[in-house]
Amino acid sequence: MSTDLKDALFGYALRLGDTSLVLGHRLSEWCGHAPELEEDIALTNVALDLVGHARMLLTYAGELEGKGRDEDRLAYRRDVFDYRNHLLVEQPNRDFGHTIVRQFLHDAWSVELYERLCASKDETLAGIAAKAVKEVRYHVRHSGDWLVRLGDGTDVSHAKVADALGRLWPYTGEMFERDEAEQALVAAGIVPDPAEMKAAWTARVEAVLNDATLDRPADGWMQKGGRRGEHSEHLGYLLAEMQFLPRAYPDANW
Amino acid sequence: MYTQGLDAKTEQSAQPSPRLVTEQEAALQGRFQERVDAEEKIEPRDWMPEGYRRTLVRQISQHAHSEIVGMLPEGNWITRAPTLRRKVALLAKVQDEGGHGLYLYSAAETLGVSRDELVGQLLSGKAKYSSIFNYPTPTWADIGAIGWLVDGAAIMNQVPLCRCSYGPYARAMVRICREESFHQRQGYELMLALAQGTAEQKRMAQDALNRWWWPSLMMFGPSDDQSAHSAQNMAWKIKRFSNDELRQRFVDATVPQAEFLGLTIPDPELRFNAETGHYEFGAIDWTEFNEILKGNGPCNRERIEARRKAWDDGAWVREAAVAHAAKRKQRAMKKAG
Repeated sequence: MSTDLKDALFGYALRLGDTSLVLGHRLSEWCGHAPELEEDIALTNVALDLVGHARMLLTYAGELEGKGRDEDRLAYRRDVFDYRNHLLVEQPNRDFGHTIVRQFLHDAWSVELYERLCASKDETLAGIAAKAVKEVRYHVRHSGDWLVRLGDGTDVSHAKVADALGRLWPYTGEMFERDEAEQALVAAGIVPDPAEMKAAWTARVEAVLNDATLDRPADGWMQKGGRRGEHSEHLGYLLAEMQFLPRAYPDANW
Repeated sequence: MYTQGLDAKTEQSAQPSPRLVTEQEAALQGRFQERVDAEEKIEPRDWMPEGYRRTLVRQISQHAHSEIVGMLPEGNWITRAPTLRRKVALLAKVQDEGGHGLYLYSAAETLGVSRDELVGQLLSGKAKYSSIFNYPTPTWADIGAIGWLVDGAAIMNQVPLCRCSYGPYARAMVRICREESFHQRQGYELMLALAQGTAEQKRMAQDALNRWWWPSLMMFGPSDDQSAHSAQNMAWKIKRFSNDELRQRFVDATVPQAEFLGLTIPDPELRFNAETGHYEFGAIDWTEFNEILKGNGPCNRERIEARRKAWDDGAWVREAAVAHAAKRKQRAMKKAG
């Protein structure tokens, strides 16, 4: 693999790893506080899967980079501007409906992504995808089913998820952005074409929104910047909490 | 994890008032006791004395509540776990506890109470849960100490429950015990990493042991002479060993583990008696235990408030799920009819 391609793949793996880690963190904030016991268990389970994906992806990113950074070095010793996650996943939990909308928009993307990444010409990435795809298929069913229940539930629940959908929709455009580095990876058959994924994502999302009796928001101005390290104010607090111990005791092994 | 320690004498747990027992009832009771004595499992549809049913509902639901409330002190560190491996392990552990709560509520439901009713009792403050969860987890070492000591004490209590006379409870306990012993090893391994780490980490580990040691001993409940239900529960084979016996086993197993870690158990009276082969330990401060039972522990209020908030904040979600299920049913009926 050429150095440029390797750099591009490092950036790609880092972005996927960061996105999984940050969303896993957000979901884990629910642990013990969900609307019912079954949901406590389910959200924790999804969080576990996501942190698991992050570990594989960050480990691989570290290997590609070749500077000796492992999963923990990458997770715990980077500041906001070096994080590459989508802005969508760092949005705070607000309420259960907001969490479900955020999760569904992400899950619908990740299932399309990992299904395609199983065929990646990069064996490691294909292997990670083969494991992750089984889990994200379950995730999208879980979040999609809840979105339908809440959208087509009571007036209160409908209003809450409709509001969340309006708030979060502007963060969906970023998932399908494509820069030069990614274009090279697409050309090399290593990652799928985001434009083609967007059509599949849209069809999947529209079907569920229809069952949920929710209107798809118009594609207006989209918030972007996560993949360049330009984040919302929320990420700093998340990292401050997550990184506290390794930062406070830099010489310690845990 | 589990407690018992909930069988202190209280008004609620007073023995049922004596009443006339019919001949038929006496025969049923005799037959029931024979089955228990023969180590047969009692199943939900079998006849059982009302006191047996009541005791089990109380014990199993307290155990379930303890699992659910127990998710809070440990959940407190999920977002701050210092490595991704530790984060995953802690998430999985807290999730297991939710799972234990779920099977235990199901086991209690076989005795004719609903989960909602039991949860209602927890939220209203009527039902108890293990006092151990009313202590805070201010440092990361608390996660290790809970796994090592609290789950360790729980296992001592729970392994005999796998042979409890009531079938659904015994079977739930088999699975729970397997998971708990895994948690206990994980907790100990976490403590080992701290004990072998920097001076600051070692200090953190010692501090956690100092705070969790005595509360862990209290988890076994009052001394045998103060325990309200022991004799009857032993005859019913709900309980197999007395509180003091189990406490002694825990001390005997744990002291060498602390020595291996290079940590000091905060009990100046602790010594090994070569004649008995057991460790002797200092007197437990039951005043503290009783105050926490009364609601005066450092976190009693926070714990229940957190459970109530989760329940109240989730009301609209549960209502939506019910409303949606009704709509679907209606649509399906329309389609069919």
